[in-house]
Amino acid sequence: MGEGREMKEEAPFLRVSGLTKQFGGVRAVDSVSFDLKKGEILGVIGPNGSGKTTLVNLITGFVKPDTGKVFYQGRDITGMMPHRIADLGIARAFQMVKPFYQLPAFKNLIIPLFSPRVKRLTGGKYGDRDAIAIDLLEEVGFERDSFVPFKIASVLPHGYLKRMELALCLALRPELIILDELFSGLSMAEVASMLPIIEKLMSENLTIIMIEHRLRELFRISNRVIVLNYGKKIAEGLPKEVMESDEVKKAYLGSETE
Amino acid sequence: MEYRKERIDRGIKARTEDIYALFSYREMLYLLVPRAIPILVLFAVTLVVGVYWQKVLISTAVFALLALSWDLLTAAGMVSLGQALFFGVGAYLTGILNHYFKLSPLFTIPIATLGGGVVCTLLLLPVLRLRGIYFAMVTLALPLMLVRIIEATKIFGGTEGLSGLSGLPSTRFELYLSIIAVLAVLFFFRRLINTDYGLVLRGIRDNDRSVMRSGINIYWYKAQALFMASAVGAFAGALMTHVYMFVGMPVFEMDYSILPIASAVVGGMGTFAGPMLGAFILVPLSEALRGVGGLRIVIYGLFLVIFTVALPEGIFHYFQRKYHQFERWVKVEK
Amino acid sequence: MFQGTLIYGFVNSVILALLALGFNLTFGISGVANFAYGALYILAAYTAWMLLTWLKINYFLSIVLAVLFTSFIGGLIYRFILLRVRGMPISEVIASFGIGLAILEFFRFLGFVGSEYTLPVFIDGSVSLGGTYIDVQRLLIVGIGVVLVIFLWLFTHYTKTGLAFRGMAQEERTALILGINSDKMATLSLAFGSGLAGVAAITILPLGQVAIEGGYSALLNALAVCIVGGLGSTVGVLVAAVLIGFAQTFTATYIGSHWMMIVSLVAILVILVVKPSGLFGKQKELEERI
Repeated sequence: MGEGREMKEEAPFLRVSGLTKQFGGVRAVDSVSFDLKKGEILGVIGPNGSGKTTLVNLITGFVKPDTGKVFYQGRDITGMMPHRIADLGIARAFQMVKPFYQLPAFKNLIIPLFSPRVKRLTGGKYGDRDAIAIDLLEEVGFERDSFVPFKIASVLPHGYLKRMELALCLALRPELIILDELFSGLSMAEVASMLPIIEKLMSENLTIIMIEHRLRELFRISNRVIVLNYGKKIAEGLPKEVMESDEVKKAYLGSETE
Repeated sequence: MEYRKERIDRGIKARTEDIYALFSYREMLYLLVPRAIPILVLFAVTLVVGVYWQKVLISTAVFALLALSWDLLTAAGMVSLGQALFFGVGAYLTGILNHYFKLSPLFTIPIATLGGGVVCTLLLLPVLRLRGIYFAMVTLALPLMLVRIIEATKIFGGTEGLSGLSGLPSTRFELYLSIIAVLAVLFFFRRLINTDYGLVLRGIRDNDRSVMRSGINIYWYKAQALFMASAVGAFAGALMTHVYMFVGMPVFEMDYSILPIASAVVGGMGTFAGPMLGAFILVPLSEALRGVGGLRIVIYGLFLVIFTVALPEGIFHYFQRKYHQFERWVKVEK
Repeated sequence: MFQGTLIYGFVNSVILALLALGFNLTFGISGVANFAYGALYILAAYTAWMLLTWLKINYFLSIVLAVLFTSFIGGLIYRFILLRVRGMPISEVIASFGIGLAILEFFRFLGFVGSEYTLPVFIDGSVSLGGTYIDVQRLLIVGIGVVLVIFLWLFTHYTKTGLAFRGMAQEERTALILGINSDKMATLSLAFGSGLAGVAAITILPLGQVAIEGGYSALLNALAVCIVGGLGSTVGVLVAAVLIGFAQTFTATYIGSHWMMIVSLVAILVILVVKPSGLFGKQKELEERI
């Protein structure tokens, strides 16, 4: 999928270089480097505790790296504040969804619509934030012209909350989205219904980093995959190649296979 | 057969959402009455009472301002244990401007309000980045320490304070000024918290990381909320200074920190009307209980504990719920 | 004079450390900032006084009972009040503050005001340390302080409860998984912290009077030391206590005793600008709470 996409020679869209973060005695992320081209879908996989979320936190400014650098569109964003990184167009979804439970679903989306970035990109004319919020929710799969966007978040099932999380990212009009286990806790049917949405994002040339455990779905969508284990990057390449690697198999299965 | 309590919004509540309230007198009354009646009663009371109780009402209004200020900070996720800081800074700024620079209250009060807001925001700026507990600790410590500084360095009048400051035209004037101020702040804060801006503030309280990843600088917004709250507190202090024509170390006393919190907890945190209600209950009550003396603060302390633990929603929430919703027992379906 | 200041400075540091340890311990283990700390401090002193003066109980026994009683009250406060608001920082702060307030002011109401409320020193007299006279009590404070720190270290490294404390302090979720009961630990941490407050009280207050204001001062000083040293870090508390202790004493000797509190304030302000989470603070900045 997407193997035939053209590779341009300019500065990589995102460059992560030697990122390292240690918590006490544990190297959560150990000298991870990779490049990302604009419009690419990068899958990030690895066993639990391999540092995937920490990597995201490092890129998005929630955690300051010990060493290493992050470059976004040629610009050094290492250690910048999270809101500034978001302002530059990098949106991230949280693994643990924590919406504002007493508010209706669409109200949850008002906050990113209130940000300076959205104000800039819409030329200072906000328009009706409520209406935009509802549109966004419909884009991510909330039923059109229904009461669902108006329901209080606490009554919504997990699948809808995940969609809401995605909508929160999209509200920012990002150029890079980092999804942290978007499909976790969803049934096969729910995942299947969300795939078209992701594919639509791809067609809009959005650059996506996806952390996932659901490998089948991930491999269908992603251009490339990197594999983390104990904080280190142990493999990188096309999904097929990566799955064939012995090291990856060892990481997931723990011993010689079969 | 098991039953559970079900709460449903009243029909009239649903009919009064947004602009639809304008469609009938009954609906407009539903909205206006709870707002208008207390205000009318308040103004009626101010007309009939004598000077002593007028002074009590002024004091009540001042504490209500501090309570409103506290509630705004809490809505944005900052727990202040030192409203006395804002109060005292405003009081001293006013006193200084009046005593040393001979400015009249017309100038000292506005300048002290804004200046107090600036000073307090700058003082607390470094702690905005940290967990809420630091904010609570620093706000607790600062007023108590400022008192010691004044005591030690004897600046601004030292232990004697600054007396003989200008007064205001009359007690009635002070009364109306303070009440109008309270109502103005009440309406402003209530409206503010219901806008999208207010939503951002509440978001910062509930899930600040989510707000940050949405591209919003939470520290800037926290600082704004802090400025507004501390300016209101400073105004309260400035006003009191000219009412008593005196400013001294007592302005940093714990009373000014505790009573607003007690008012908010009793009245209902987060609603602004609740804290104001709480102040209007607790201050006159404590005045009436003057005789009991030291037990007063004990009671506040116990109120704080009891309400926080057992009735966290506060009086206002309770009445609001009763007004807007009705309850009924419903069979539990299997 | 310099030598004297040095010695008194050291004593002051130990006093501050004693004050702050209990508060810091409670916070480090359970994350609860016990704003009733000052009240418990004074409670211990008044209890000892009452046992000693009214019931004529042996002094040593009185102070032991007083410390135990204070621990007990601390645990009760958690179990019946703070437990119900656990997890809501705003309510936790208000509730603990409220109960502390109620306790302190209740004593004031009952009339525990006046110069007759003093605790006798353990051993009378003073000794000469190279020309400087120092009360034996002060030396005892240092001794007790050192013993306490060693005891705490041994306790948290070699006993089951102590290790559980450290586990909770370092990584609460893992501790829970290992079967450590969070609520029980929190109750114990409050009891322990309160007990330490009690120990501090009965050691330090014989130097002067027992007064309600002392409760507020104790809380304030504990806060100052913890803020500067870093909440949750024992090393930080000790270092901060030394820094502030010496700074205070030198200020008192060479500038004026009224300025002592200002030292604490300045220390807080400086630390807030330079390293807000404290010298050894492990407080992750807001962003890093994962």
